[in-house]
Amino acid sequence: MKNDGQIFPRWCNTLAWASIAGLILMGGTMICLLAVVTRSPYLTRVDIPLEQPVPFSHEHHVGGMGIDCRYCHTTSEISPFAGVPSVETCMTCHSQVWKDAPMLQPIRDSFLSGKPVAWNRVHDLPDFVYFDHSAHVNKGVACRECHGRVDRMPLISRQETLFMGWCLACHRHPEGALGPREAVFTPRPPDQSEIRSWLQAHAGAPARPEMERPPSVTAQRLTDCSACHR
Amino acid sequence: MNSAVKECERVNEQISAIVLKRPPRRGWLFGFGISFCFLMVLNLAIGCLFLKGVGIWGINIPVGWAFDITNFVWWIGIGHAGTFISAILLLLHQDWRTSINRFAEAMTIFAVACAGMFPLIHLGRPQVFYWILPYPNTMDLWPQWRSPLVWDVFAVFTYLTVSIVFWYLGLIPDLATLRDRARPLWLRRLFGVFALGWRNSIKHWKRYETAYLLLAGLATPLVISVHSVVSFDFAVSLIPGWHSTIFPPYFVAGAIFSGFAMVLTLIIPVRKFYRLENLITDTHLDNSAKVMLATGLLVAFGYLNEIFTAWYSDEEFDAYLTLNRMLGYYAWVYWLMMACNVGVPQLLWFRKLRRDPTSLFVISLLINLGMWAERFVIIVTSLHRDFLPSSWGIFRPTIWDWATLMGSLGLFFTLIFVFIRLLPMISISEVRRAATEKRP
Amino acid sequence: MTPHSLTDLQKRIPAARGALLWKSLDQLANTPEFREAIEREFPVAADEWPDALSRRRFLILMGASLAAAGLTSCSRQPIEKLVPYVKQPEDLVPGKPLHFASSNVLGGFARGVLVESHEGRPTKIEGNPGHPASLGATDVFMQAAILQLYDPDRSQTVLHRGFASTWDAFLAALLQEENEWARDGGTRLAFVTGGVTSPSLRYHFRRISERFPNARWIVHEPACNLETPRVLPSVDRAGVVLSLDADFLAWGPGMLTNARTFARRREPGNTMNRLYVVESVPSLTGAMADHRFPMTPSDIVRLPEQISAEMRGATNPAAPPWLPPLVRDLRKHAGDSLILAGEFLPDSAQNEIRLLNEELGNVGRTVTYPTEALTFPGTHALTELASQMLSGSINAVFLLDCNPVYTAPADIPFAEALRKVSFSVHHGLYADETAEACRWHLPDLHALENWGDALAFDGTISIIQPLIEPLYNGISPHVLAAALLKQWPANDYDIVRSYWRGILANDDFESLWRQAVHDGVMAGSVSTPAAPPPAAPRAPPSPNPNAGSGLELLIRPDPHVYDGRFANNGWLQELPKPMTKIVWENAAHIAPATAERLGLHHAEEVDLIYRGRSIRAPLWVLPGMAENCVEVALGYGRTRAGKVGSGLGFNSYQLRTADAPWGGPGLEVRATGRMHRFATTQEHNTMAGRDLVRFADLTMYRETPHFAQQHGHTPAPDQTLYPPFTYDGNAWGMAIDLNACTGCSVCTIACQAENNIPVVGRDQVQRGREMHWIRVDRYFRGTVERPDILHQPVPCMHCENAPCETVCPVAATLHDHEGLNVMVYNRCIGTRYCSNNCPYKVRRFNFLSYVDHSTPTLKLQRNPNVTVRSRGVMEKCTYCIQRINFARMNARNQNRSIRDGEIIPACAQACPAEAIVFGNINDPDSRVSKLRTDPRNYGLLAELNTRPRTTYLAKIFNPNPELKNV
Repeated sequence: MKNDGQIFPRWCNTLAWASIAGLILMGGTMICLLAVVTRSPYLTRVDIPLEQPVPFSHEHHVGGMGIDCRYCHTTSEISPFAGVPSVETCMTCHSQVWKDAPMLQPIRDSFLSGKPVAWNRVHDLPDFVYFDHSAHVNKGVACRECHGRVDRMPLISRQETLFMGWCLACHRHPEGALGPREAVFTPRPPDQSEIRSWLQAHAGAPARPEMERPPSVTAQRLTDCSACHR
Repeated sequence: MNSAVKECERVNEQISAIVLKRPPRRGWLFGFGISFCFLMVLNLAIGCLFLKGVGIWGINIPVGWAFDITNFVWWIGIGHAGTFISAILLLLHQDWRTSINRFAEAMTIFAVACAGMFPLIHLGRPQVFYWILPYPNTMDLWPQWRSPLVWDVFAVFTYLTVSIVFWYLGLIPDLATLRDRARPLWLRRLFGVFALGWRNSIKHWKRYETAYLLLAGLATPLVISVHSVVSFDFAVSLIPGWHSTIFPPYFVAGAIFSGFAMVLTLIIPVRKFYRLENLITDTHLDNSAKVMLATGLLVAFGYLNEIFTAWYSDEEFDAYLTLNRMLGYYAWVYWLMMACNVGVPQLLWFRKLRRDPTSLFVISLLINLGMWAERFVIIVTSLHRDFLPSSWGIFRPTIWDWATLMGSLGLFFTLIFVFIRLLPMISISEVRRAATEKRP
Repeated sequence: MTPHSLTDLQKRIPAARGALLWKSLDQLANTPEFREAIEREFPVAADEWPDALSRRRFLILMGASLAAAGLTSCSRQPIEKLVPYVKQPEDLVPGKPLHFASSNVLGGFARGVLVESHEGRPTKIEGNPGHPASLGATDVFMQAAILQLYDPDRSQTVLHRGFASTWDAFLAALLQEENEWARDGGTRLAFVTGGVTSPSLRYHFRRISERFPNARWIVHEPACNLETPRVLPSVDRAGVVLSLDADFLAWGPGMLTNARTFARRREPGNTMNRLYVVESVPSLTGAMADHRFPMTPSDIVRLPEQISAEMRGATNPAAPPWLPPLVRDLRKHAGDSLILAGEFLPDSAQNEIRLLNEELGNVGRTVTYPTEALTFPGTHALTELASQMLSGSINAVFLLDCNPVYTAPADIPFAEALRKVSFSVHHGLYADETAEACRWHLPDLHALENWGDALAFDGTISIIQPLIEPLYNGISPHVLAAALLKQWPANDYDIVRSYWRGILANDDFESLWRQAVHDGVMAGSVSTPAAPPPAAPRAPPSPNPNAGSGLELLIRPDPHVYDGRFANNGWLQELPKPMTKIVWENAAHIAPATAERLGLHHAEEVDLIYRGRSIRAPLWVLPGMAENCVEVALGYGRTRAGKVGSGLGFNSYQLRTADAPWGGPGLEVRATGRMHRFATTQEHNTMAGRDLVRFADLTMYRETPHFAQQHGHTPAPDQTLYPPFTYDGNAWGMAIDLNACTGCSVCTIACQAENNIPVVGRDQVQRGREMHWIRVDRYFRGTVERPDILHQPVPCMHCENAPCETVCPVAATLHDHEGLNVMVYNRCIGTRYCSNNCPYKVRRFNFLSYVDHSTPTLKLQRNPNVTVRSRGVMEKCTYCIQRINFARMNARNQNRSIRDGEIIPACAQACPAEAIVFGNINDPDSRVSKLRTDPRNYGLLAELNTRPRTTYLAKIFNPNPELKNV
């Protein structure tokens, strides 16, 4: 009988073989694609500055004027929360300089009205993550390790993905990120001469006093769930 | 020889007619309609579940698992007969399997599909179920390999995959037959696609035989492994009534027991409805019944063993649990289980009953019920009174528990009805072979 | 009637301006469908049934939730706002809490508190260690006060005839009235207040009564017996304590001190005290007793006479067999014994007991009597007042901080009387039953919102300072008092401060004042008791009022809603009652034998008929109850408590009469055959023969100190297949001393406050889904007539071989290197396998969305350092890991290790008996390590080789050897 149900010509055998490879390939690409999307700046917001009520430039204030981080982020050494400067802090200078720059109008309004300025949060961890600035700062993790070279950012933006994997990488091998306590707030990594001078300063004492941990703190503890989650 | 051709033609005609004859018979429509309604009940139940959370069920602390996992284990168990029949019986050269293996395999796949649903929907947060799977993620986290639930996922998925492949491979020659017998062109094309260009050549047959045998060999260990792994969910815990080394063998036996029960529950009405008595003979029923009897006895041994250990180990918690099962709040479920799984199968000692479809049908139904009760007893009565009397509690099923159970039945039967209508429920090629080889 | 949704009710409100709108809204508020809509709009907890669930709606959601599965991996984080201060307060460090001393007042008496404040919002109340009535501990009411502050049902505006009005409008109205009162010295004016000990307030009250000399002052405290002369026991000095129906360890203004001092004297050894308790209803004090004798109240009344007769050596056959040995014991300890009289005993018995204490030479040593300055002013003649109000001889009444329409005895028609009064003013936290019957209602300020002062039970002056600006337009009682003195505008700070400036006429006032505010107490202000006023002469033996006559009724305050004032507090409602473990309702308690004799069954609804009045109540058969009596608790069956507390349980005030406020003989119980389903957190009352709570007599303990460790066998550490876990740093552990624990369950509510634990509601508890992280198990042991009552707090055991950890498929619950069994909510997918495999069943699951996202004020209460759990995740005790981490950060920033006692979990901090000790078991000098080496130390279910980090110290009884055979 005539079998027009037989719709597979001979070359389909080759196709059959090809399809096996094709399936594997397709699956692979799908997975890769997902992985890429999740890590893409679109989702992680790395290097994407946010719109802010006032285009505050860290480049100008830190890089240019050399203002210390702690002048504005006052509680970074004593509190989990580094602190965002109150409008008062801005006005300490800007009541004198750039008194009537239109750019600073929101700040002046807020200062007069008492209605705070709502900044857009750049470094935003999920609410179930409990990050502590003081712990990192006091152990010699420099600001730049996570926040990057703010002295080169006209508008602040994320430099890291803030993925849990990224946190863990450092918590597994903290040595890399630990530096001298003095160098924590320097926006740029210290050069050899500075390091040498610090080492001399610590002559006798271990090169990195901040690396000395009291017995209660073990290296593995850093990778415990309870280190960041409650 | 000529008569052999006639014989083959008769077989082809009889089986393919069920698929190719239009329109569907009223009986089929009726059965399909009912099952579909229950499928919609499942739809509603799951919808509400995702809307509100697992709290719509009667579960609580201490009874964290109840109908959900009971249904899961029950369905997985049912999903055992298929592979057992097609693979193990094939390897054991049990030729009588030929006319029921296709059906059993289909049943297996559908049952496993139903089963697979429950571990997913029983989660508090089903939207993140994929965290159980090992994949490179931004959290740098892996599943916890010590947990039997992770083993479960792999066991069940492997089993499902292999079953589907095995089933499909067996279907190919028959799909070809249908392709060649179908009248409308589109239908021929359709079957043609799924027949993968089967040409009935000796070469095809040779490769087919080899592949089939290999798959059978591959599937055989799975029959044992899957339910052993499922039983680990309980065996590795320390809850009295779960914490028991006898579970793997006793679960596998129970699985095959319930599997065959479900096969008979389905096949007896079907064979009556489509007048397949000449293909699915009383001998088939008889043999299946014998398997049920054997596995039933194994299960009974399991029960007795549990009681014995509780007494012999002199472990106060186990002892209390056993008494609580027999006399406690859920005692009636326990005795229902005992009656259905230990009492009823003893009727199968009588040849007369084994060969009588009606009574066999009733018996198989009772055994299905009994096996569900067994899983309920294992899960709920063990949990509801464990170690600290202060935290003892009672599980009371809500309407949504029942809806989910009924719904899963709806899903299962819907699939069965669709299968009956669209594919040959009996392996044409194998029956053909059997029919011709029987002749001198 | 067809149910309406809020929206279409609002449609029915005519579009109009403020007042009118209020008017119509309020008219609506009284329609049943409005209340119904309210109920549906704010359910106590999410229910199972998808309300008004259209197929389309949930199919959408279904699809959504399925799609979510795919999307969760790649969803873009929304941008959050970062809002700094405009001018940052000086001492405030964002991210670090501040603590302020204040006082919590109940029934007039102050208990010192320290309030934790995060960026200006109080989140948690702790005890003030420097305060004599707290000593650092808290009771359940102090813990619950924080929730009351944020209660959305609190009265938020001045009401006139039920319509929204203003403070100024009230002042205007007051002005007119005042002139009239001034004319006749306030002859037709009356004040009803709750118990007030505040010196400044009472000074103002005096000035008011100077202005209106003929005004009547009435004190109404329905939950405490104001007639009883108060007693100051020093429990730690007493070797033998006999309590006659006195629940001194768990009730009254001095309970925290008593519990602490009692526990100190409870350490097994030569100084261990002995406690006899004679009581009608099993109390927490009774549960601590070495000998507990159930007795009907009428028999207890006669006991003091029998004791004195026994002391005089007279033989009285009527006395129970255990009395002679008991009295011998008392005399042996003359001078360091102590007899305490129940608050609800009649004066005759009170006086008799006082004489006994004097005869035993206890007065001045183990017991003193406070100076009269502490007792309340005014009379308690509510009956007289009501009749005057009805007759019209009183036409203006102020009701301050009380709710007599609900709490007045049933034979006083207070509501009608109040409606007759032309000028009635209610001042309270809630627009309650009384507010409804009054012309004016003024919202009170919560103690955390206003300035004030009060006296502690021993007379210590305690300062109340506010932690937060008033959430609503409340009016401080001081301001109201000032208004009555024609002083406005006034503010509570100035009033209180200026009062004390006058009292401490001292040039160094400022520093004194600042110190007092900082400490919460005025240094050295405790009123040293003068020579106790002589006791009245012994009255002639009164004939037993009801020899053998039927059943007796006992009316008692509820252990958690008090007199009903806490009815709208979800934490207290869901806190299991100590003896019955029922929640969200009250029950009529009866002894098993009596129930059997009357053919009544447990959980059966019965009609209680007493003096011609009847209420329907579910029966709870309670082992250890005295026979022939039925106890009912006050505080339930409220109609205007709020969304949470209205319509729960039955109202026992309806059985109360002015002459018998605490019940009496002549009760009739009629069965209805209808059964009631209680909501209870513990359905099984015995230990089923298992060694869960281990205990021994002192003598046996002396012989075999390690008796507790001889039950069962604990497997060797290496008996596990998993690699051993090393703890080279800290290793946290907890020891719970069952010998000190009174079972007051303040640990449970403290934990709830600290860890953002949601309230799930009655229905969910009935389904066995309560969320408490630490529960107090209660077991009865022995006979049902006189059982031992054993309490056992059960938090997470933090097992070293934790069964929960090995079964979680996604590693959401793991061990950390300090031995904590940590639960990571954001990793949990909700298989509930961990809970199934937990032998202690301490894990809790969010079966539904329990956390309240809708009420803004409740969000303010949450602890910012504890994750708020979402639906479908498991949660459990973390040993207050937020506190551990807080201490760790401090220690690390100072480059030192954590000191012992630096970390105190919420439960341990609240515990009055110091029964819970937490610390580092790797440090041999820590308190917890010392306790773990105590011979009494044992692990619960340790035979399972779970190696729990939480261990228990066995309970020791110190019975009187002479009473062995009795």
